[in-house]
Amino acid sequence: MKRLEAVNDFVIKFANVNGSGSASANTLFAKSIARMGVPVSPRNIFPSNIQGLPTWYEVRVCEAGWNARRGGADLMVAMNPQTWEKDVAEVEPGGYLFYDSTRPMPAGKFRDDILVIGMPLTEICNATYTDPRQRQLFKNIIYVGALAALVGVELGEVEKLIGEQYKGKEKLLDSNVKALRMGHEYAVKNLPCPLGLQVRRADKVGDRIFLEGNNAAALGAVFGGATVCAWYPITPSSSMAEAFAKHCRKYRIDKATGKNNFAIVQAEDELASIGMVIGAAWNGARSFTCTSGPGISLMSEFIGLAYFAEIPATIVNVQRAGPSTGMPTRTQQSDVLLCAYASHGDTKHPLLFPQDAKEGFEFTADALDLADRLQTPVFVLTDLDIGMNERLCEPLAWDDSRRFDRGKVLTNEQLEAGARFGRYLDVDDDGITYRTYPGTHPSRGSFFTRGTSRDRYARYTEEGTAYVDNMERLVRKFETAKHYMPKPEARPSAKPTRYGAIYYGSTAPAMEEALALLEADGIHLDGLRVRAFPFQDSVIDFVNQHDCVFVVEQNRDGQLRTLLVNEGALDPTRLASVLHYDGTPITARFIKGDIAKRLTALQVTPLRRTAAGGAGGE
Amino acid sequence: MTYIAKPKLHHPDLPVNALGLTRRDYEGTISTLCAGCGHDSISAAIIQACWELAIQPHRVAKLSGIGCSSKTPTYFLDKSHGFNSVHGRMPSVLTGANLANRDLLYLGVSGDGDSASIGLGQFAHSMRRGVNMTYIVENNGVYGLTKGQFSATADRGSKSKRGAVNTDEGIDLACLAMQLGATYVARSFSGDKAQLVPLIKGAIRHGGAAFIDVISPCVAFNNHEGSTRSYDYVRHHNEAVNALDVITVHKEITTQYAPGSVQEVRQHDGSVLRLRKIADDYDSSSRISAMSYVASHYARGEIVTGLLYLEPDAVDLHEHLGTTAKPLNELGDAELCPGSAALAQFNEAQR
Repeated sequence: MKRLEAVNDFVIKFANVNGSGSASANTLFAKSIARMGVPVSPRNIFPSNIQGLPTWYEVRVCEAGWNARRGGADLMVAMNPQTWEKDVAEVEPGGYLFYDSTRPMPAGKFRDDILVIGMPLTEICNATYTDPRQRQLFKNIIYVGALAALVGVELGEVEKLIGEQYKGKEKLLDSNVKALRMGHEYAVKNLPCPLGLQVRRADKVGDRIFLEGNNAAALGAVFGGATVCAWYPITPSSSMAEAFAKHCRKYRIDKATGKNNFAIVQAEDELASIGMVIGAAWNGARSFTCTSGPGISLMSEFIGLAYFAEIPATIVNVQRAGPSTGMPTRTQQSDVLLCAYASHGDTKHPLLFPQDAKEGFEFTADALDLADRLQTPVFVLTDLDIGMNERLCEPLAWDDSRRFDRGKVLTNEQLEAGARFGRYLDVDDDGITYRTYPGTHPSRGSFFTRGTSRDRYARYTEEGTAYVDNMERLVRKFETAKHYMPKPEARPSAKPTRYGAIYYGSTAPAMEEALALLEADGIHLDGLRVRAFPFQDSVIDFVNQHDCVFVVEQNRDGQLRTLLVNEGALDPTRLASVLHYDGTPITARFIKGDIAKRLTALQVTPLRRTAAGGAGGE
Repeated sequence: MTYIAKPKLHHPDLPVNALGLTRRDYEGTISTLCAGCGHDSISAAIIQACWELAIQPHRVAKLSGIGCSSKTPTYFLDKSHGFNSVHGRMPSVLTGANLANRDLLYLGVSGDGDSASIGLGQFAHSMRRGVNMTYIVENNGVYGLTKGQFSATADRGSKSKRGAVNTDEGIDLACLAMQLGATYVARSFSGDKAQLVPLIKGAIRHGGAAFIDVISPCVAFNNHEGSTRSYDYVRHHNEAVNALDVITVHKEITTQYAPGSVQEVRQHDGSVLRLRKIADDYDSSSRISAMSYVASHYARGEIVTGLLYLEPDAVDLHEHLGTTAKPLNELGDAELCPGSAALAQFNEAQR
């Protein structure tokens, strides 16, 4: 058997039972590797359940810095008997299996093409601890210690992290360090250290930070000036509202009075949460909600109202696998069309596609500006992969000279000075009209907001011409939106090519890696990362400049491709879908394989075979 | 629904309030509801109440859902911002608006279909949260705009205009509001302006969730024999338990009342509610006994009206949330954005 050998380039997968406290131990392990200057990207794969079901934690160690899921496992930490067979089968040939050997396993349960490392974890814990909960929790820390010894993670870095985590809780700190060292010592004495997979100190992390998308987006809402958050719990978005509350407690308590410069309401459902967001924004407060696909379905009526009555709303949709309840704890990019056209009648909405936590932060802050500027609902489309995993990203940055863009709002002074006011009167010819906040002026600027048709002065009307006038202006406004939305990012190929690839959101890390892999194989594609809808002209031009453009996304129906064809009036035959939608994050291996296969099919003329020739084997 | 502005000319001797405004300054456009509709009387009562309280019209936000009742905010307070939202969802929009600016007065106008059928959930949760608002349901037991279907407040056994008998239990929104934690709950009748105006005034001056169920007959679809929301039926079955005077500048009681028959309650904002008892055994300070009284009289076919329940020291949603006294919509960059230095510290903690 040839065992796998790799330095700073491998995947460790932890198979655990959820509710066992493994997540924090696994995170500790992953972060220690980042502290050694080696890029690492961990992913939680978890069920819609609190206790007792299988959960996995994948850690990709990659000095080259690729953040996407790689797929496969070089070292499996098999702590869950329920998934044993599947976990063992997933190990790459020549890979490693680490397991709790307290209870002997029949030989048939293993494979002979992998190296098996047994450690009697339960036995060690039972001998050391009496409390059952402690036995469970410290078992996790003990295996972290053992793994550190096996793959060369510096114990000092792990201990430093434990020290930071339990600062001021000396008792917990000491007992965790003790357990860690116990595991480490056992491994050094009894296990085949070092394995072929090794972490070696490097300087490839730089000043990057380790950040979860929901946490980042929540902070973006704070920096962007959101004061009202109304939400309804739904996986995978709930942690964003919770993070917003946490950040507000830190940054938004008035020092003099101790009062809150924010209001957070956990609503009774998504209908109420979007209603509150719309009510608050109508009344001049920046507001947002965070939800997932089913929530958007419920909010759709209100979204149409906000579109038609032109009320700002910021909606962060942390997408999960649909339709219906789908796979609530699995990732997808399958709400693109839903959000682009949410609600009955002719509607369309600006969308933002952050690729990681950093853009999650930026785009959420931007969305609050855009919603005010455009006076319409703006969606930030992240997903479970970005939202609920900590990932390395560039440090967050903020320009202190930046000011909230509150859009076109007439003040008391302007009204007093005689500013002409028609709520739906397009004075600047950009489709965006002036609004007033309630309570601004005793006699000027009041108007009636409604979801029914109205004239330029907000007076109810069912006149066809006034209705069309208004609908046409909304199209003008959508055109104006393009100037405010983030531009696409081009990733030109090394050599001129007739092929291109369009991708967005959480597909970006895998796509960038795939483009590099393809390039190494001599296949060149120009890449374009779309960051917003409505599409700028440069997106449409990109498609027209290539013979074939692959649109890579994580849904079944090629939703962004549909949107491109529809909104860009593009020839569908130029756009080929590359789709991955089983709920796991897309990988570079998958993209590379699919694109290479299709390009081969495009370029190679099939051999003509006569009937007599038969179908010979290879 | 069309837009017909009212002529602004008025009689020079029209009385003015403390702000120097006449009642006409509190009006809206001409109503397009059916002649004799109870809702128009409620609009008139709202105008009267706001005028008497000398409220600055532009400091009111009036919000509604969908339906005949929800059209009425166009017919009063045209200097106020109005919001005709979506069916059954006015409470959430009002809640959000209230969060954004706690300094305005919030007037929610809804109907029985809007609040008891499609919007029962939002009605309930806005009461639970104690949103500081005056929530008026113009209750006619019927869907007017869609021509006469029963709503969820129609009494079991009542007859539709076409002769169909309602077999579903009717929802009593006032009882529900009491149960759900509203701190000012009243019921009145659109045909009794003397009772209704002070109830609206008291609700406006209340510092929490104030709810008024106003029986408001639908002349087009629910004013016939067999209906329990017709003018005749309500007049014959109306059991007022008390009469209310709202006193904003406190004056001593000069009229002679029988001992125990007058009760004065001071609300959080200093207004005094003077309650004259009509039913001796009615106690509007106890939620439980009020609910029991209303329910037992309902069982006898009586409609109990008046100020049904009052918690004068109401705590509203802003107090629950601990929000700052300054309206959230007035906070600027300096108060809201932590800035790059704080962000650098945040970054440091994520390494």
